[in-house]
Amino acid sequence: MSAPTAPVPTNQLGLTRQDYVGAKSTLCPGCGHDAITAQLIQAAFEMNLEPHRVAKLSGIGCSSKTPTYFLSQAWGFNSVHGRAAAVCTGAALANKQLVNILVSGDGDSMSIGMGQMVHMIRRNVPVVYIIEDNGVYGLTKGQFSATADLGSALKHGEINEMPPLDPCTLAMELGCGFVARSFSGNPKQLGVILKAALAFRGTALIDVISPCVTFNNHESSTRSYKAAKDHELPLQELGFVPYFDQDEVEIPAGEAREVDLPDGSRLTLRAIRDDFDPTDRFAADRAIHEARDRGEFLTGILHIQTGQKTMHDYMHTLDAPLATLPQSAVKPGPEVLAACMQELM
Amino acid sequence: MLTQSGPAKTLAPDGLVNDFSIEVATVNGSGSQTANIVLMRTIFQMGVPVTGKNLFPSNIAGLPTWFQIRASRRGYQARKQGIDFLICMNAETAKDDVAKVGPGTVVVYDEPLKLDALRGDLHFCPVPFQRLVAACCPEPKLQKLVKNMIYVGVAAQMLGLDMDEVQKAIAKQLGGKQKAIELNQGAVLAGYQWAQAEAAPQDRLRIQRDHQTEGQIIIDGNSACALGAMFAGVTVVAWYPITPSSSAVEKLIDYAKEYRRDPATGKSTVAVIQMEDEIASAGVVVGAGWAGARAMTATSGPGISLMSEFLGLAYFAECPGVFLNVTRMGPSTGLPTRTSQGDIEMCARASHGDTLHLCLYPGNMEECFQFTYQAFDLAERFQTPVFVVSDLDLGMQNWAARPFSYPETAHDRGKVLDAEALARIEDWGRYKDSDGDGIPWRTLPGTPGGKGAYFTRGTGHNTYGLYSEKPEDFQYLVDRLKRKFHNARTAVPAPVYSGSGCQRGILAYGSSDPAVVEARDILLEQHGKATDYLRVRALPFADEVAAFIREREVVYLVEQNRDGQMAALVKDFYPELATRLRSVLHYDSTAIPAQTIVDQINACEK
Repeated sequence: MSAPTAPVPTNQLGLTRQDYVGAKSTLCPGCGHDAITAQLIQAAFEMNLEPHRVAKLSGIGCSSKTPTYFLSQAWGFNSVHGRAAAVCTGAALANKQLVNILVSGDGDSMSIGMGQMVHMIRRNVPVVYIIEDNGVYGLTKGQFSATADLGSALKHGEINEMPPLDPCTLAMELGCGFVARSFSGNPKQLGVILKAALAFRGTALIDVISPCVTFNNHESSTRSYKAAKDHELPLQELGFVPYFDQDEVEIPAGEAREVDLPDGSRLTLRAIRDDFDPTDRFAADRAIHEARDRGEFLTGILHIQTGQKTMHDYMHTLDAPLATLPQSAVKPGPEVLAACMQELM
Repeated sequence: MLTQSGPAKTLAPDGLVNDFSIEVATVNGSGSQTANIVLMRTIFQMGVPVTGKNLFPSNIAGLPTWFQIRASRRGYQARKQGIDFLICMNAETAKDDVAKVGPGTVVVYDEPLKLDALRGDLHFCPVPFQRLVAACCPEPKLQKLVKNMIYVGVAAQMLGLDMDEVQKAIAKQLGGKQKAIELNQGAVLAGYQWAQAEAAPQDRLRIQRDHQTEGQIIIDGNSACALGAMFAGVTVVAWYPITPSSSAVEKLIDYAKEYRRDPATGKSTVAVIQMEDEIASAGVVVGAGWAGARAMTATSGPGISLMSEFLGLAYFAECPGVFLNVTRMGPSTGLPTRTSQGDIEMCARASHGDTLHLCLYPGNMEECFQFTYQAFDLAERFQTPVFVVSDLDLGMQNWAARPFSYPETAHDRGKVLDAEALARIEDWGRYKDSDGDGIPWRTLPGTPGGKGAYFTRGTGHNTYGLYSEKPEDFQYLVDRLKRKFHNARTAVPAPVYSGSGCQRGILAYGSSDPAVVEARDILLEQHGKATDYLRVRALPFADEVAAFIREREVVYLVEQNRDGQMAALVKDFYPELATRLRSVLHYDSTAIPAQTIVDQINACEK
């Protein structure tokens, strides 16, 4: 007889965390992206996501490989470089009931795919949009990306002389209602942000600093684990109260700002820096720029604004998935063709 | 009511009844389009077969534009070279317009242009437009627009048009706007009465009532494609505006507002989204098709260039989608408002690597409607992008056609497994050819039951959709895709044959059809040359295409591009038949006339 084992925890759907994992990662050992994948698995498990309702979208690059590594019972689409946003928009139009998770990288989103990311935010397509941001092109072996910091050096010494693009301040400028930055080395914060993003309605953009252990983890890089640890400045202690368990205690002690999320969950933010208000995007923008000038990067909820219209509000389409409407709902009868013909006679 | 006074009592011995061309030379943005369509519609309403072609500039206002109306008692719909009745309203081009016409042409013109001094062999008719318009339209702002209706009235009188029909055409064209209808009808009348009193009667051209157009419609190809998509149950449309395709989506939006609303909620059953560019439009089609929607985009050549990466993904990952290409004249920006068949090879092979796409080539209005409808079935049946290759001539010009018949066939949603079917299957692989026809079974995101999820990728994959770099997996996959493509040859529209088994063949497709039909009559009647004709309507080619070429000594392949692109495709698939093909090409950006075909065939046979 074997010894009694502790029961494996299940979520409200009766699924275990194991039901949310995917294939084994083929990224370099120690890659920051794998830590993000782990948090995504945990968040999906805790949020009781029905795996079959999840669409995992990505472009091309190391980050874009990761949708294979989580939620193997969800449909995934590893599309073309920088263009997952359009594929996601199409899937969302076809079926409003899908939960869209898009994983991209700094090259994928901030260079080749910037136009699509910008317009996805403008339309407020419902999606959790994660940028796994390491400042380099990993899959092509270590060229600078557009988010590389000024003065950061490549492995062989080349120094970046151009200013970086910041996906978060850009998203705020575009009116994105959920903008967060985190660090793959700060799993607790990232986990709460992911859960809050899943509870959001519309585009939730999360820039996660995720060091590339192979091409951008050396001393002269500003995106190494060490540099990130040294310069990360968390703005808040975050807490999350899911809609289905309002008693769950995850609220940090002390006075906290509280944000009601569209699905009924609550996000609590206890400010570590008193002067940062994530509901004021212009002040937040200024604070982010000032921090960068000091060589720091702020993490946490950078901007949050609920209640905005989403793409579905703009489209005025049926709530039922358009993809599976029966023929009777989408093929007008012979009398309609006859009327159209009559008009043209 | 006016009596049908007629222009001159009798017709000259060389007079043309219901068989001549009118050209109206105007400036774009002057509102002449309505007047020109009224003129065309009147002839149509009088039962005379007629077509209208607008040669317009890529510009909003101020550049020259020409509208050509061809009446043809034999029902020819191709563009006719040679003008019989010219209306000169554009001072900039008037001299050139007059210089190009043949002797005896009737020329109506704005009096101050003084064109009668240019030539002595034409029938001139100077019209005091300004005086006439001032009398019937006191509002100076509207005079520029209303002036056009005066030439309609003049032409109506000189050609013997029935004024009741003119007035009906105005009412139809202005769709219930009573004030505008009255103003325009007044202007037509002013032109008519002036011509009756002042114009020198002409005895060469006449429209007489016939009954050939009874029950017919006038439509453009883009509207026909929009109707096809609506009845096909399109649910996601992503687009980026580009001439000459924009009106296809705009028409679809109009139709959908009326006929694609959920009766219970009033909400739309189709999402139409204007994207930031054609790349994103293609991405939406791929994503929506993947998620199970009937998705489409409409664009033109430059858009296809941009969409090519996504087209390769859709081909390789097997996502359905309909791509309407209303072709314009390239390369590059080319002539955006002129017609061409220059995207034949690009559509067939759009994207890098070995790709082959299903292409449908509608040749008339009914086919624009039917093929767009059918494209959705084919896309879902074969899980691949399907091109509807139209062009500006079909898409934006006005064509008389028989009313479309209702597509009775049920939508074919292809091989899709639902939760119930999945539960019964032990070993399912997204890319397994379990039926041996090259078409695997797919599942849709959101299907419950815990089975059927798979990973879609543009990278190499095995039959389970798992990433694979194995050479045998890759070769198996691209060979299966080729087999699937080949198997579609009996599902796509079959070619149309017309002839009696002679040795001289003509192969053509799309908008060249009307010119070929007319050219065959000319070749037979004026040159004693009989021809057989096969009209290709789709890629992959049906077996009849090779048979047609093989059974003939020489086959002329007519197309509207420089390089003989369809000929190149035919030679690719049937290299052994290459020596029998002769290209007949027209690529000056105008629609192909019959005489071009006659001349090139005669030149080949000298």
